[in-house]
Amino acid sequence: MRLEHGTAGARILAFGGYQPANEVTNDDLAATVQTSDEWIRSRIGVASRRIAGPDETVADMAVAAGGKALAGSGLSPDDIDLVIVATCTPESQIPNVSATVAHRLGITAPGAYDLNAACAGFCYALANASDSVRAGSARHVLVIGAEKMSAWLDWTDRSTCIIFGDGAGAAVVGPVTDPEQPPGIGPVEWGSTGGMADKILVANRTSFISQQGQAVFRWATTELHPVAKAACDRAGVAPQDLAAFIPHQANLRIVESIARKLEVPRERVADDIVHAGNTSSASIPLAMSRMIERDEIGSGEQVLFLGFGAGLCYAAQVITVP
Amino acid sequence: MAMTEQEILAGLGEIIDEIAGVPADQVTPDKTFIDDLDIDSLSMVEIAVAAQDKFGVEIPDEELKNLKTVQDVVVFVQRSGVSA
Repeated sequence: MRLEHGTAGARILAFGGYQPANEVTNDDLAATVQTSDEWIRSRIGVASRRIAGPDETVADMAVAAGGKALAGSGLSPDDIDLVIVATCTPESQIPNVSATVAHRLGITAPGAYDLNAACAGFCYALANASDSVRAGSARHVLVIGAEKMSAWLDWTDRSTCIIFGDGAGAAVVGPVTDPEQPPGIGPVEWGSTGGMADKILVANRTSFISQQGQAVFRWATTELHPVAKAACDRAGVAPQDLAAFIPHQANLRIVESIARKLEVPRERVADDIVHAGNTSSASIPLAMSRMIERDEIGSGEQVLFLGFGAGLCYAAQVITVP
Repeated sequence: MAMTEQEILAGLGEIIDEIAGVPADQVTPDKTFIDDLDIDSLSMVEIAVAAQDKFGVEIPDEELKNLKTVQDVVVFVQRSGVSA
């Protein structure tokens, strides 16, 4: 048997993000459930979130974000040979979202699979994309995190409906072709804590997302900064030298607590949750694309991603901004 | 040697100052966390975690809801037989 030679490193060529048009503010929610703008801002850190239209699907949002990333990469759809959609909120389990998304983007016959690691999904998918490029299984990979959280929320439950939002974020991953160029996706530090699986769940086909907030908060603020630190160590990048830290936008207080323990200055920490809510697997690429759009970060700078959520699953890696 | 009430109180004051921004001198035994010190349930989790690092006493989530005043925490830490 003959093996193919891949490439030494993979990098991200472009990001793209998409949020639905409909903005829902805290005051909007306070009109239907017993809550307040002040309460939501202080506990969760969200000011507003975007909610998909009734007919807008996970695939629709994935196509929108994926199309932007593809355009930004300068590649044509035919250059993509693998599409991975990280999602935990597809409308249906069969068929998968990724093949449909690929088809709608004009990508011909790519490998296509969905990946469910909940809010850690984008980091898992990015690691798989990087490994696929390095091993030679794919040359260019479209990685998308897309979620319609709103479809899985009990809109009368004030403990959950205030947290989440809808959206999608995407990245195009390709090989490092210039030998002078450093690798653009660092080693992934990933894992799971299945013993806590019941802390965030949708119990059955007719139920909504429920979570044990305190238990998740305690886990996130005690177990994850070592994961983030390990990803930095393995990439050979000191947390203090990161241009930005983009943890999953779960809750601003979790974000700030992890950043404090990692000793990353607050101004370098993403707080996209303020206007996006918690968009699960979409939150990291959404925050990243917004930073790039606003010129808040420069090409070649290094950023730490940290995904974590239901499972409980987590994953972190350092990436280089395209 | 077990920590004295004063030592635990002082340690707790430092933790609450750092996490919730409440000046340590306001952290007196009779104060309730929620009503007097304006500390919410998530901050309580952070305080419990920090207290665990400082005093070596685990305060589980189930126990946390019973700890309503500063004195409750001091007593809990003392009862858990901490050595300084």
